[in-house]
Amino acid sequence: MGADASQRTIRCLVAKVGLDGHDRGAHVIARAFRDAGFEVVYSGLHRAPEEIVEAAIQEDVDVLGISILSGAHNTLVPEVIKGLEEYEAMDDIVVVVGGVIPDDDAEYLKEQGVAEVFGPGTSIQSTIEFIRESVPER
Amino acid sequence: MTTTPVSLIDELIAGDQRALALAISAIEDRKPGYRELVGRLHHETTDAHVIGVTGSPGSGKSTLVNRLAEFYRSRDETVGIIAIDPSSPFTGGAVLGDRIRMSAAVGDDGIFVRSMSARGSLGGLSTATADAVKAMDAAGKDRIIIETVGAGQNEIDVVKTADSVLVLVPPQSGDAVQMLKAGILEIADIFVVNKADLDGADRTVKELLDLIEHDPIDQEANGWSTSIVETVATDGTGVDDLGSTIDTHSAYLETSNQGIERDRKRYAEEVNTIVREELAILLEREIDRQGGIDELAEAIRIRETDPYTVAESLVDPLRVSLGDDVD
Repeated sequence: MGADASQRTIRCLVAKVGLDGHDRGAHVIARAFRDAGFEVVYSGLHRAPEEIVEAAIQEDVDVLGISILSGAHNTLVPEVIKGLEEYEAMDDIVVVVGGVIPDDDAEYLKEQGVAEVFGPGTSIQSTIEFIRESVPER
Repeated sequence: MTTTPVSLIDELIAGDQRALALAISAIEDRKPGYRELVGRLHHETTDAHVIGVTGSPGSGKSTLVNRLAEFYRSRDETVGIIAIDPSSPFTGGAVLGDRIRMSAAVGDDGIFVRSMSARGSLGGLSTATADAVKAMDAAGKDRIIIETVGAGQNEIDVVKTADSVLVLVPPQSGDAVQMLKAGILEIADIFVVNKADLDGADRTVKELLDLIEHDPIDQEANGWSTSIVETVATDGTGVDDLGSTIDTHSAYLETSNQGIERDRKRYAEEVNTIVREELAILLEREIDRQGGIDELAEAIRIRETDPYTVAESLVDPLRVSLGDDVD
Protein backbone atom coordinates (compact mmCIF):
# COMPACT_ATOMS: atom_id res chain seq x y z
CA MET A 1 0.00 0.00 0.00
CA GLY A 2 1.42 3.35 -1.00
CA ALA A 3 1.68 6.31 1.31
CA ASP A 4 -1.32 7.78 -0.40
CA ALA A 5 -3.28 4.63 -1.01
CA SER A 6 -6.69 5.25 0.38
CA GLN A 7 -8.49 2.84 2.67
CA ARG A 8 -11.91 3.00 1.17
CA THR A 9 -14.77 1.31 2.92
CA ILE A 10 -18.31 1.35 1.59
CA ARG A 11 -20.55 3.31 3.96
CA CYS A 12 -24.30 2.70 4.05
CA LEU A 13 -27.23 4.24 5.82
CA VAL A 14 -30.00 1.75 6.47
CA ALA A 15 -33.06 3.85 7.08
CA LYS A 16 -36.62 3.35 8.22
CA VAL A 17 -38.84 6.17 7.14
CA GLY A 18 -42.33 7.16 8.21
CA LEU A 19 -44.86 5.36 10.34
CA ASP A 20 -43.64 1.83 9.95
CA GLY A 21 -42.58 -0.25 12.90
CA HIS A 22 -41.32 -3.28 11.01
CA ASP A 23 -37.57 -3.28 11.34
CA ARG A 24 -36.67 -6.94 11.26
CA GLY A 25 -35.72 -6.68 7.60
CA ALA A 26 -33.64 -3.56 8.22
CA HIS A 27 -31.78 -5.33 11.03
CA VAL A 28 -31.06 -8.37 8.89
CA ILE A 29 -29.80 -6.17 6.07
CA ALA A 30 -27.68 -4.06 8.43
CA ARG A 31 -26.02 -7.16 9.77
CA ALA A 32 -25.46 -8.70 6.36
CA PHE A 33 -23.90 -5.46 5.13
CA ARG A 34 -21.63 -5.39 8.13
CA ASP A 35 -20.55 -8.96 7.43
CA ALA A 36 -19.84 -7.92 3.85
CA GLY A 37 -17.35 -5.42 5.27
CA PHE A 38 -19.48 -2.31 4.92
CA GLU A 39 -19.85 0.35 7.57
CA VAL A 40 -23.50 0.58 8.35
CA VAL A 41 -25.26 3.44 10.05
CA TYR A 42 -28.74 2.48 11.18
CA SER A 43 -31.27 5.26 11.50
CA GLY A 44 -33.67 3.71 13.96
CA LEU A 45 -37.43 3.72 13.50
CA HIS A 46 -39.93 6.39 12.46
CA ARG A 47 -37.63 8.86 10.77
CA ALA A 48 -38.88 11.78 8.75
CA PRO A 49 -37.51 12.15 5.21
CA GLU A 50 -35.51 15.24 6.21
CA GLU A 51 -33.87 13.32 9.07
CA ILE A 52 -32.80 10.63 6.62
CA VAL A 53 -31.39 13.26 4.28
CA GLU A 54 -29.48 14.96 7.07
CA ALA A 55 -28.02 11.68 8.30
CA ALA A 56 -27.02 10.61 4.78
CA ILE A 57 -25.26 13.93 4.18
CA GLN A 58 -23.47 14.15 7.53
CA GLU A 59 -22.39 10.54 7.43
CA ASP A 60 -21.39 10.92 3.78
CA VAL A 61 -22.68 7.48 2.86
CA ASP A 62 -22.21 5.80 -0.50
CA VAL A 63 -25.44 3.89 -0.22
CA LEU A 64 -28.81 4.80 1.23
CA GLY A 65 -31.02 1.77 1.76
CA ILE A 66 -34.58 2.73 2.61
CA SER A 67 -36.68 -0.01 4.13
CA ILE A 68 -40.36 0.68 3.83
CA LEU A 69 -43.30 -1.58 4.48
CA SER A 70 -46.02 0.95 5.14
CA GLY A 71 -47.14 1.52 1.56
CA ALA A 72 -46.19 5.19 1.65
CA HIS A 73 -43.12 4.70 -0.53
CA ASN A 74 -44.39 6.78 -3.44
CA THR A 75 -44.64 9.80 -1.15
CA LEU A 76 -41.69 9.37 1.19
CA VAL A 77 -38.95 8.11 -1.10
CA PRO A 78 -39.21 11.00 -3.60
CA GLU A 79 -39.05 13.42 -0.65
CA VAL A 80 -35.77 11.90 0.45
CA ILE A 81 -34.41 12.08 -3.08
CA LYS A 82 -35.45 15.70 -3.40
CA GLY A 83 -33.59 16.47 -0.19
CA LEU A 84 -30.44 14.78 -1.43
CA GLU A 85 -30.68 16.71 -4.69
CA GLU A 86 -30.80 19.95 -2.73
CA TYR A 87 -27.38 19.02 -1.35
CA GLU A 88 -26.26 18.01 -4.87
CA ALA A 89 -25.48 14.62 -3.40
CA MET A 90 -27.44 12.31 -5.71
CA ASP A 91 -24.39 11.69 -7.93
CA ASP A 92 -22.50 10.27 -4.98
CA ILE A 93 -25.20 8.23 -3.28
CA VAL A 94 -26.83 5.05 -4.56
CA VAL A 95 -30.39 4.93 -3.29
CA VAL A 96 -31.98 1.51 -3.01
CA VAL A 97 -35.37 0.61 -1.61
CA GLY A 98 -36.40 -2.61 0.10
CA GLY A 99 -39.88 -3.67 1.07
CA VAL A 100 -43.19 -4.63 -0.42
CA ILE A 101 -43.35 -2.44 -3.50
CA PRO A 102 -45.74 -3.19 -6.39
CA ASP A 103 -44.08 -3.39 -9.82
CA ASP A 104 -45.68 -0.20 -11.12
CA ASP A 105 -44.50 1.70 -8.06
CA ALA A 106 -41.01 0.26 -8.45
CA GLU A 107 -40.91 1.67 -11.97
CA TYR A 108 -42.06 5.04 -10.68
CA LEU A 109 -39.41 5.07 -7.93
CA LYS A 110 -36.69 4.24 -10.43
CA GLU A 111 -37.82 7.16 -12.56
CA GLN A 112 -37.38 9.31 -9.48
CA GLY A 113 -33.75 8.22 -9.09
CA VAL A 114 -33.87 4.99 -7.08
CA ALA A 115 -31.16 2.64 -8.41
CA GLU A 116 -32.95 -0.59 -7.54
CA VAL A 117 -35.94 -1.91 -5.65
CA PHE A 118 -35.55 -5.15 -3.75
CA GLY A 119 -38.77 -7.00 -3.03
CA PRO A 120 -39.52 -10.03 -0.88
CA GLY A 121 -37.40 -13.05 -1.76
CA THR A 122 -34.38 -11.08 -2.92
CA SER A 123 -31.21 -12.82 -1.82
CA ILE A 124 -29.02 -10.75 0.42
CA GLN A 125 -25.99 -11.75 -1.62
CA SER A 126 -27.44 -10.26 -4.80
CA THR A 127 -28.20 -7.04 -2.94
CA ILE A 128 -24.62 -6.83 -1.71
CA GLU A 129 -23.26 -7.53 -5.19
CA PHE A 130 -25.50 -4.89 -6.69
CA ILE A 131 -24.18 -2.35 -4.21
CA ARG A 132 -20.55 -3.26 -4.79
CA GLU A 133 -21.04 -2.77 -8.52
CA SER A 134 -23.07 0.41 -8.28
CA VAL A 135 -21.15 2.46 -5.75
CA PRO A 136 -19.54 5.27 -7.72
CA GLU A 137 -15.80 5.76 -7.71
CA ARG A 138 -14.85 8.84 -5.79
CA MET B 1 -16.62 13.27 -7.46
CA THR B 2 -12.93 13.83 -8.05
CA THR B 3 -12.21 17.06 -6.23
CA THR B 4 -9.08 17.24 -4.13
CA PRO B 5 -9.78 17.34 -0.40
CA VAL B 6 -8.18 20.74 0.07
CA SER B 7 -10.66 22.35 -2.34
CA LEU B 8 -13.33 21.77 0.31
CA ILE B 9 -11.74 24.12 2.78
CA ASP B 10 -13.54 27.39 1.99
CA GLU B 11 -16.98 25.86 2.05
CA LEU B 12 -16.10 23.91 5.17
CA ILE B 13 -15.06 27.05 7.02
CA ALA B 14 -18.21 28.76 5.83
CA GLY B 15 -20.12 26.02 7.66
CA ASP B 16 -21.30 23.93 4.70
CA GLN B 17 -22.47 20.56 6.05
CA ARG B 18 -21.64 18.56 2.97
CA ALA B 19 -18.14 20.02 2.70
CA LEU B 20 -17.51 19.02 6.31
CA ALA B 21 -18.87 15.53 5.67
CA LEU B 22 -16.72 15.08 2.56
CA ALA B 23 -13.66 16.37 4.40
CA ILE B 24 -14.13 13.84 7.19
CA SER B 25 -14.48 11.07 4.59
CA ALA B 26 -11.23 12.16 2.95
CA ILE B 27 -9.60 12.00 6.37
CA GLU B 28 -11.03 8.58 7.17
CA ASP B 29 -10.19 7.12 3.77
CA ARG B 30 -6.71 8.70 3.76
CA LYS B 31 -7.58 10.07 0.38
CA PRO B 32 -4.69 11.54 -1.61
CA GLY B 33 -4.36 15.13 -0.51
CA TYR B 34 -5.88 14.71 2.94
CA ARG B 35 -2.62 15.71 4.60
CA GLU B 36 -2.65 19.09 2.91
CA LEU B 37 -6.27 19.54 3.95
CA VAL B 38 -5.64 18.74 7.61
CA GLY B 39 -2.53 20.90 7.57
CA ARG B 40 -4.56 23.86 6.38
CA LEU B 41 -7.42 23.08 8.75
CA HIS B 42 -5.14 23.25 11.75
CA HIS B 43 -4.59 26.95 11.13
CA GLU B 44 -8.33 27.54 11.05
CA THR B 45 -9.03 25.89 14.38
CA THR B 46 -9.79 27.88 17.46
CA ASP B 47 -9.30 25.28 20.18
CA ALA B 48 -12.92 24.27 20.48
CA HIS B 49 -13.66 22.50 23.75
CA VAL B 50 -13.37 18.76 23.17
CA ILE B 51 -15.29 16.43 25.47
CA GLY B 52 -14.51 12.71 25.50
CA VAL B 53 -17.22 10.34 26.65
CA THR B 54 -16.51 6.71 27.34
CA GLY B 55 -18.03 3.85 29.28
CA SER B 56 -19.03 0.25 28.91
CA PRO B 57 -21.58 -0.80 26.27
CA GLY B 58 -25.07 0.00 27.48
CA SER B 59 -23.98 2.58 30.04
CA GLY B 60 -25.99 5.23 28.22
CA LYS B 61 -23.29 7.13 26.35
CA SER B 62 -25.29 7.99 23.26
CA THR B 63 -28.34 9.03 25.23
CA LEU B 64 -26.24 11.23 27.48
CA VAL B 65 -24.36 12.74 24.55
CA ASN B 66 -27.71 13.56 23.00
CA ARG B 67 -28.73 15.35 26.22
CA LEU B 68 -25.46 17.23 26.41
CA ALA B 69 -25.92 18.35 22.82
CA GLU B 70 -29.38 19.67 23.73
CA PHE B 71 -27.89 21.45 26.73
CA TYR B 72 -25.31 23.24 24.60
CA ARG B 73 -27.82 24.05 21.88
CA SER B 74 -30.03 25.69 24.49
CA ARG B 75 -27.08 28.01 25.16
CA ASP B 76 -26.80 28.63 21.43
CA GLU B 77 -23.51 26.79 21.12
CA THR B 78 -22.90 24.57 18.14
CA VAL B 79 -21.97 20.94 18.64
CA GLY B 80 -20.03 18.37 16.66
CA ILE B 81 -20.32 14.74 17.67
CA ILE B 82 -17.98 11.94 16.65
CA ALA B 83 -19.41 8.57 17.60
CA ILE B 84 -16.96 5.70 17.37
CA ASP B 85 -18.05 2.09 17.27
CA PRO B 86 -15.87 -0.98 17.00
CA SER B 87 -15.47 -2.69 13.66
CA SER B 88 -15.25 -6.40 13.09
CA PRO B 89 -11.70 -7.69 13.07
CA PHE B 90 -12.80 -10.28 10.50
CA THR B 91 -14.61 -8.31 7.84
CA GLY B 92 -13.81 -4.73 8.79
CA GLY B 93 -17.54 -4.07 8.74
CA ALA B 94 -19.34 -2.21 11.47
CA VAL B 95 -22.80 -1.28 12.59
CA LEU B 96 -22.72 2.28 13.80
CA GLY B 97 -25.80 2.59 15.90
CA ASP B 98 -25.37 5.68 18.01
CA ARG B 99 -27.35 7.85 15.69
CA ILE B 100 -30.53 6.09 16.75
CA ARG B 101 -30.40 7.73 20.15
CA MET B 102 -29.51 11.17 18.93
CA SER B 103 -32.74 12.94 18.31
CA ALA B 104 -31.50 16.38 19.31
CA ALA B 105 -29.64 16.57 16.04
CA VAL B 106 -32.80 16.44 14.01
CA GLY B 107 -33.54 19.43 11.87
CA ASP B 108 -30.87 21.51 13.57
CA ASP B 109 -27.80 22.35 11.57
CA GLY B 110 -26.10 23.46 14.79
CA ILE B 111 -25.43 19.80 15.49
CA PHE B 112 -23.31 17.64 13.24
CA VAL B 113 -23.13 13.93 14.01
CA ARG B 114 -20.60 11.67 12.39
CA SER B 115 -20.22 7.95 13.07
CA MET B 116 -16.81 6.42 12.67
CA SER B 117 -15.64 2.87 12.97
CA ALA B 118 -12.43 1.79 14.59
CA ARG B 119 -11.00 0.73 11.24
CA GLY B 120 -7.34 0.61 10.46
CA SER B 121 -4.59 -0.04 12.92
CA LEU B 122 -1.42 1.43 14.36
CA GLY B 123 -2.93 4.52 15.82
CA GLY B 124 -5.07 5.03 12.74
CA LEU B 125 -8.14 5.68 14.81
CA SER B 126 -6.67 8.31 17.08
CA THR B 127 -5.12 10.14 14.13
CA ALA B 128 -8.34 10.05 12.14
CA THR B 129 -10.30 11.23 15.17
CA ALA B 130 -7.89 14.06 15.92
CA ASP B 131 -8.09 15.13 12.27
CA ALA B 132 -11.89 14.95 12.26
CA VAL B 133 -11.93 17.09 15.42
CA LYS B 134 -9.87 19.69 13.56
CA ALA B 135 -12.35 19.65 10.69
CA MET B 136 -15.28 20.21 13.05
CA ASP B 137 -13.40 22.90 14.93
CA ALA B 138 -12.54 24.71 11.69
CA ALA B 139 -16.19 24.42 10.65
CA GLY B 140 -17.00 26.52 13.71
CA LYS B 141 -18.33 23.97 16.19
CA ASP B 142 -18.04 25.32 19.75
CA ARG B 143 -18.13 21.94 21.48
CA ILE B 144 -16.94 18.69 20.05
CA ILE B 145 -17.97 15.47 21.72
CA ILE B 146 -16.13 12.23 21.04
CA GLU B 147 -18.05 9.19 22.12
CA THR B 148 -16.49 5.75 22.27
CA VAL B 149 -16.88 2.42 23.96
CA GLY B 150 -14.23 2.12 26.63
CA ALA B 151 -13.27 -1.30 25.40
CA GLY B 152 -9.67 -1.23 24.37
CA GLN B 153 -6.48 0.72 24.37
CA ASN B 154 -7.32 2.15 20.96
CA GLU B 155 -10.49 3.73 22.27
CA ILE B 156 -8.87 4.96 25.45
CA ASP B 157 -6.15 6.60 23.36
CA VAL B 158 -8.89 8.43 21.53
CA VAL B 159 -10.76 9.88 24.48
CA LYS B 160 -7.73 10.74 26.51
CA THR B 161 -6.85 13.35 23.91
CA ALA B 162 -10.01 15.27 24.83
CA ASP B 163 -9.93 18.38 27.00
CA SER B 164 -12.48 16.98 29.43
CA VAL B 165 -12.92 13.25 29.78
CA LEU B 166 -16.21 11.83 31.07
CA VAL B 167 -16.32 8.20 32.16
CA LEU B 168 -19.78 6.72 32.54
CA VAL B 169 -20.30 4.27 35.35
CA PRO B 170 -23.76 2.79 35.61
CA PRO B 171 -24.86 1.51 39.02
CA GLN B 172 -24.01 -2.07 39.90
CA SER B 173 -21.28 -2.14 37.32
CA GLY B 174 -19.30 -4.34 39.60
CA ASP B 175 -16.36 -4.08 41.83
CA ALA B 176 -14.65 -0.73 41.59
CA VAL B 177 -11.38 -2.58 41.40
CA GLN B 178 -12.37 -3.70 37.93
CA MET B 179 -12.13 -0.12 36.81
CA LEU B 180 -8.73 0.36 38.29
CA LYS B 181 -7.63 -2.56 36.21
CA ALA B 182 -8.86 -0.96 33.06
CA GLY B 183 -6.75 2.08 33.85
CA ILE B 184 -9.77 4.30 33.54
CA LEU B 185 -9.43 6.31 36.72
CA GLU B 186 -6.33 7.98 35.33
CA ILE B 187 -8.12 9.38 32.31
CA ALA B 188 -11.39 10.48 33.96
CA ASP B 189 -11.91 14.14 34.76
CA ILE B 190 -15.54 13.53 35.62
CA PHE B 191 -17.27 10.31 36.59
CA VAL B 192 -20.88 10.20 35.50
CA VAL B 193 -23.03 7.75 37.40
CA ASN B 194 -25.71 7.46 34.76
CA LYS B 195 -28.98 5.59 35.34
CA ALA B 196 -28.82 7.09 38.83
CA ASP B 197 -32.46 6.18 39.38
CA LEU B 198 -31.51 2.53 39.58
CA ASP B 199 -30.82 0.70 42.81
CA GLY B 200 -27.21 0.74 43.83
CA ALA B 201 -26.41 4.22 42.49
CA ASP B 202 -25.49 5.46 45.96
CA ARG B 203 -23.14 2.58 46.42
CA THR B 204 -21.47 3.19 43.10
CA VAL B 205 -20.96 6.84 44.04
CA LYS B 206 -19.42 5.76 47.34
CA GLU B 207 -17.12 3.32 45.62
CA LEU B 208 -15.98 6.00 43.21
CA LEU B 209 -15.39 8.47 46.05
CA ASP B 210 -13.33 5.84 47.75
CA LEU B 211 -11.36 5.28 44.59
CA ILE B 212 -10.64 8.97 44.17
CA GLU B 213 -9.65 9.34 47.79
CA HIS B 214 -7.14 6.54 47.54
CA ASP B 215 -5.72 7.68 44.24
CA PRO B 216 -1.95 7.53 44.63
CA ILE B 217 -1.71 10.77 42.67
CA ASP B 218 -2.52 13.72 44.88
CA GLN B 219 -5.39 15.12 42.89
CA GLU B 220 -5.98 18.19 45.06
CA ALA B 221 -2.41 19.28 44.52
CA ASN B 222 -3.00 19.24 40.79
CA GLY B 223 -5.91 21.61 41.20
CA TRP B 224 -8.58 19.27 39.95
CA SER B 225 -10.09 16.37 41.78
CA THR B 226 -12.15 13.96 39.70
CA SER B 227 -15.78 14.99 40.07
CA ILE B 228 -18.77 12.70 40.32
CA VAL B 229 -22.10 13.65 38.78
CA GLU B 230 -25.28 11.59 38.88
CA THR B 231 -27.52 11.65 35.83
CA VAL B 232 -30.56 9.96 34.37
CA ALA B 233 -29.95 10.55 30.70
CA THR B 234 -33.29 9.16 29.59
CA ASP B 235 -35.25 11.95 31.34
CA GLY B 236 -32.51 14.56 31.52
CA THR B 237 -32.06 14.58 35.30
CA GLY B 238 -28.66 15.88 36.30
CA VAL B 239 -27.67 17.00 32.82
CA ASP B 240 -27.55 20.68 33.84
CA ASP B 241 -25.33 19.67 36.75
CA LEU B 242 -23.08 17.78 34.42
CA GLY B 243 -22.96 20.73 32.04
CA SER B 244 -21.84 23.09 34.78
CA THR B 245 -19.28 20.59 36.08
CA ILE B 246 -17.85 20.42 32.56
CA ASP B 247 -17.79 24.24 32.53
CA THR B 248 -15.89 24.22 35.80
CA HIS B 249 -13.39 21.78 34.40
CA SER B 250 -12.99 23.79 31.26
CA ALA B 251 -12.43 26.94 33.33
CA TYR B 252 -9.86 25.07 35.40
CA LEU B 253 -8.02 24.11 32.23
CA GLU B 254 -7.94 27.72 31.16
CA THR B 255 -6.85 29.26 34.43
CA SER B 256 -4.26 26.65 35.30
CA ASN B 257 -1.62 25.80 32.78
CA GLN B 258 -3.22 22.37 32.42
CA GLY B 259 -5.07 23.33 29.25
CA ILE B 260 -1.91 24.35 27.47
CA GLU B 261 -0.12 21.35 28.92
CA ARG B 262 -2.78 19.03 27.54
CA ASP B 263 -2.70 20.69 24.13
CA ARG B 264 1.05 20.27 23.96
CA LYS B 265 0.83 16.65 25.02
CA ARG B 266 -1.84 16.02 22.43
CA TYR B 267 0.15 17.57 19.61
CA ALA B 268 3.28 15.70 20.65
CA GLU B 269 1.28 12.50 20.58
CA GLU B 270 -0.15 13.40 17.18
CA VAL B 271 3.28 14.00 15.69
CA ASN B 272 4.59 10.75 17.15
CA THR B 273 1.68 8.78 15.77
CA ILE B 274 1.85 10.35 12.33
CA VAL B 275 5.61 9.72 12.13
CA ARG B 276 5.12 6.10 13.14
CA GLU B 277 2.39 5.64 10.56
CA GLU B 278 4.40 7.22 7.77
CA LEU B 279 7.50 5.24 8.65
CA ALA B 280 5.53 2.03 8.75
CA ILE B 281 4.21 2.72 5.25
CA LEU B 282 7.67 3.57 3.92
CA LEU B 283 9.19 0.45 5.42
CA GLU B 284 6.36 -1.74 4.19
CA ARG B 285 7.23 -0.66 0.66
CA GLU B 286 10.91 -1.32 1.27
CA ILE B 287 10.03 -4.81 2.49
CA ASP B 288 8.10 -5.37 -0.73
CA ARG B 289 11.10 -4.23 -2.74
CA GLN B 290 13.28 -6.72 -0.88
CA GLY B 291 11.01 -9.56 -1.93
CA GLY B 292 8.16 -9.31 0.53
CA ILE B 293 7.77 -10.21 4.18
CA ASP B 294 7.07 -13.89 3.45
CA GLU B 295 10.36 -14.34 1.64
CA LEU B 296 12.27 -12.59 4.41
CA ALA B 297 10.55 -14.75 7.02
CA GLU B 298 11.45 -17.89 5.09
CA ALA B 299 15.09 -16.78 4.88
CA ILE B 300 15.07 -16.42 8.65
CA ARG B 301 13.41 -19.80 9.09
CA ILE B 302 16.10 -21.63 7.11
CA ARG B 303 18.78 -19.81 9.12
CA GLU B 304 20.05 -17.87 6.15
CA THR B 305 19.71 -14.73 8.23
CA ASP B 306 18.16 -13.53 11.49
CA PRO B 307 15.44 -11.00 12.40
CA TYR B 308 17.86 -8.32 13.56
CA THR B 309 19.94 -8.46 10.41
CA VAL B 310 16.83 -8.21 8.28
CA ALA B 311 15.51 -5.27 10.31
CA GLU B 312 18.90 -3.60 10.18
CA SER B 313 19.07 -3.88 6.40
CA LEU B 314 15.65 -2.22 6.18
CA VAL B 315 16.36 0.60 8.59
CA ASP B 316 19.97 1.21 7.67
CA PRO B 317 19.31 3.44 4.62
CA LEU B 318 17.22 5.70 6.88
CA ARG B 319 19.93 5.84 9.48
CA VAL B 320 22.48 6.77 6.85
CA SER B 321 20.38 9.47 5.24
CA LEU B 322 19.62 10.99 8.63
CA GLY B 323 23.30 10.98 9.49
CA ASP B 324 22.51 9.07 12.66
CA ASP B 325 25.56 7.05 13.56
CA VAL B 326 24.64 6.31 17.16
CA ASP B 327 24.49 2.58 17.74
